[in-house]
Amino acid sequence: MDGTPLKEEDLKKVNTIVYKPNAKYAYSAGQAYSKFLLGLKEKKIIGRRCNKCGRVYVPPRMYCDDCFRPTDEWIEVKDEGIVETVVASFISWTRERIEKPEIVGVIRLFPSRDKDWVFPGLFHRICADFEDVKNMSLFGKKVKAVWKEERVGSINDIECFRVVE
Amino acid sequence: MKVAIIGVGWYGFRPNTKDVSFREMMFEAAVRAYEDAGHINPRTDVDTFISCQEDFWEGIAISDEFAPDPIGGAMRPTMTVTGDGLQGILHGVMHIKSGLANITVVESHAKPSDILTMRDIIEFAFDPMYRIGAKNVHFLAGLDALKFMKLRSATREDFAKVVIKNKYNGLKNPRASYAANIGLEDVINKEYTIYPLTDLDISRFVDAAVVVILASEDVARKYTDTPVWINGIYSATDSTIELSELGEARYMKIASKEAYSMAKVNVKEIKAAFVDDTYSYKELQHVEGLGLSDNAVKDLREGEFEKGGKIEVNPLGGHLAKGRPLEVSGLSLLLDAVEYLRQGVVDKAVVASWRGIPTFTGVVGVVSR
Amino acid sequence: MKTNLYFRRVAVIGAGLTLFRRRMLETPQELAWEAARKALDEAGLELKDIDCVVIGSAPDAFDGVHMKGEYLAHGSGGVRKMVSRVYVGGATGVMVPNTAWYHVASGLCEKVLAVAEEKMSPARPHPQSIFRYIWDPILEKPLNPNLIWIFAMEMHRYMHVNKITKEDIALVSVKNKKNALNNPYAQAAANITVDDVLKSEVLVWPVQLLDTSPVSDGAAAMVIVSEDVARRYTDTPVWIEGVGWTLDNTEWTGRELAYPRYLEYAARMAYKMAGVERPNKEIDVIEPYDPFDYKELHHIEGLMITKRGEAPKFLKEGVFDIDGEIPSSPSGGLLGVGNPIAAAGLMKVISIYWQLKGIAGKMQVKRPVHTGVAQAWGDLMQASTVIVMRN
Repeated sequence: MDGTPLKEEDLKKVNTIVYKPNAKYAYSAGQAYSKFLLGLKEKKIIGRRCNKCGRVYVPPRMYCDDCFRPTDEWIEVKDEGIVETVVASFISWTRERIEKPEIVGVIRLFPSRDKDWVFPGLFHRICADFEDVKNMSLFGKKVKAVWKEERVGSINDIECFRVVE
Repeated sequence: MKVAIIGVGWYGFRPNTKDVSFREMMFEAAVRAYEDAGHINPRTDVDTFISCQEDFWEGIAISDEFAPDPIGGAMRPTMTVTGDGLQGILHGVMHIKSGLANITVVESHAKPSDILTMRDIIEFAFDPMYRIGAKNVHFLAGLDALKFMKLRSATREDFAKVVIKNKYNGLKNPRASYAANIGLEDVINKEYTIYPLTDLDISRFVDAAVVVILASEDVARKYTDTPVWINGIYSATDSTIELSELGEARYMKIASKEAYSMAKVNVKEIKAAFVDDTYSYKELQHVEGLGLSDNAVKDLREGEFEKGGKIEVNPLGGHLAKGRPLEVSGLSLLLDAVEYLRQGVVDKAVVASWRGIPTFTGVVGVVSR
Repeated sequence: MKTNLYFRRVAVIGAGLTLFRRRMLETPQELAWEAARKALDEAGLELKDIDCVVIGSAPDAFDGVHMKGEYLAHGSGGVRKMVSRVYVGGATGVMVPNTAWYHVASGLCEKVLAVAEEKMSPARPHPQSIFRYIWDPILEKPLNPNLIWIFAMEMHRYMHVNKITKEDIALVSVKNKKNALNNPYAQAAANITVDDVLKSEVLVWPVQLLDTSPVSDGAAAMVIVSEDVARRYTDTPVWIEGVGWTLDNTEWTGRELAYPRYLEYAARMAYKMAGVERPNKEIDVIEPYDPFDYKELHHIEGLMITKRGEAPKFLKEGVFDIDGEIPSSPSGGLLGVGNPIAAAGLMKVISIYWQLKGIAGKMQVKRPVHTGVAQAWGDLMQASTVIVMRN
């Protein structure tokens, strides 16, 4: 009564119902994300500030979840920041091997300080070598966005972030 | 110990809400609910938060990730009940009765207008064995309706009367996007979508967010002089497609029996019912399942479900007038009940929600003034 | 958080598990049924005795059914009863007994069947692909992320802030896979070395294959009842004395990842309820959530068993070994037993239940145990659930 494990080759011996869900959505980006995406088209990273606690939300939010009140103003943050964390992926999203690793991480955008527990942060690709990921020298490095020539209002309008110093 | 509803807030109830994200919609509903409860601050006054949603309605796996922020629940005990909003209320009642919370917030939101392939998503809820690629996913409702017709000698006209009554009642309701003043021929002359139902017999989808604030008895008094009490609430699931009782809503029978016994209420005291009418016939089936009528078809014909009758059924329009906002459906009905009680029209009401096809799950609550 | 000292007492009187394996023949409903049946047998109850069913399962996409709770209800014994499914991502497994706790503590239910099931194998092309859809659909999904990115980013930050090496972390994998050799349900039990971990396939640096738990199918179930019922059916009930959970906001990119502050909050909630004041002194055995090896250390710190950044030191000293002072993951954890998400979380709770009841067999820890803690974690690095149990 513990269940019946199957090996890969056993799959042929059992009946399988193959079903591909046809699930399609048109996500409403809403007020905040729409402005953010339009900003990217103009090479701007737009956030939203809560004047009560001073927190800057990137990506923007129409409300401050700490204070539970509407955020007050749009604010353009720098397309520069500090590498908070970085990793090198040798597998694709379908778990196939990829030869040249894809390097991604979190960038703490300026203006923000080292000691901030919460900060405007962006998850994106980082143009760097695997070695710099492995020896952890990228941590704390200053990086700047590399913008694509053709921008359409998508997170992919930024090619990646590249070390500037 | 009784549990009180001390605040309600809503946003949307429109066929589409493309201008706001679901999170922004949740925030708007939450702000209104906290204000309605008498300036409650969720960051300091609320103990637990419950959100009701399903991954495939959202188009996000683990959509729970987005639950806390818009309702003030970040860094708080926030959880998701994947079910109808009224099931969320049931969990909220348990949070309070167990001593875990003094104040609990229950939220649900729906954006069916974001779903491009609704038929396929509904089919995806069927057991893989029964995903037959039916062009019309309402077939299960058709089978159920036909069985009910046979059992109760109901006619097409009876179902049409439910449609007319509810769409007319909705004219008084600011949330009723699909309210209308129509006649018997308007319904009868329509082509069938699935026999014996036309598209007027089938509620349409609507975008909405609802937030409800619950409090324990002693705490409720601090915030409001006019709480609405939840006297009893219970849910039940019948069984699978093969084994559930078609034609009669057994889930409502089980859930209502428990809810009434918890509320210590005699059904005769209940003067208004806010019951699921996702399909017109469902209203009649549910009224019977709830024990509110021995013969719903006869009572409907005699006008017993209208003002001045035995019991008002969906006096604010039900889903046929307001639309069906997926998992918000139960809260949508509850909202009507709260307003009706606050207006002082009745002292006691029953709210009964169903999760739609292909489920056999219902929730029943008894609320009073 | 209000913590009321007049809680009704709630006990566990039975538990059941299926094997955890890469691929099982049984349908999700059948897996749920097998675990539920075993739990009922151990409790000495029949389905008709049960008044409520609580179900836990993570993304609907894995089993490939929308409204998975409704689908699982039948196999979980949820027939003509109150049934609900709760969901907090990967943290769901521990949320299930937490929810069952308040079903009973509220007085609404007497005997609850708590079931968690996950069947990851149906997903194509690979279960990993499902995880792309857990990201923000507008700002993150377009980058084609996989789930391991999340863990790698958190692990690397944890290593950077606390100056921890991959060798330190690999010890968790070694310990847990070894513990799993004693667990008859385990999928990935093995005698490995730190070197094996460091030489395994690099997935997303710094995560390598042996740093991770496998893809699994499996189910787990518990019978959770009121005090009166417990006294009638057993002389050795195990009490649920504290439950806690906390969700941080969605903005995982905007917070310090080196320390799980939300877990600390969840733990404080559960500890307060259970009257635990000094977790490192009062807790005898723990099952922190370990889908990846560093996670166990991260969570030991969040549970306040050690100070921040110090878990690796105690691990090296053997404190968390099966014969150590505070054995951690004596079951073998997700790294050793397997990771059918929600079922894996409940498996951890069951492991603590077995330890406290003294029926863990070869997994039984050496020291006498009185207080145990299980924990799970999920969503976008934002959710934790904690349970404290005593015998």
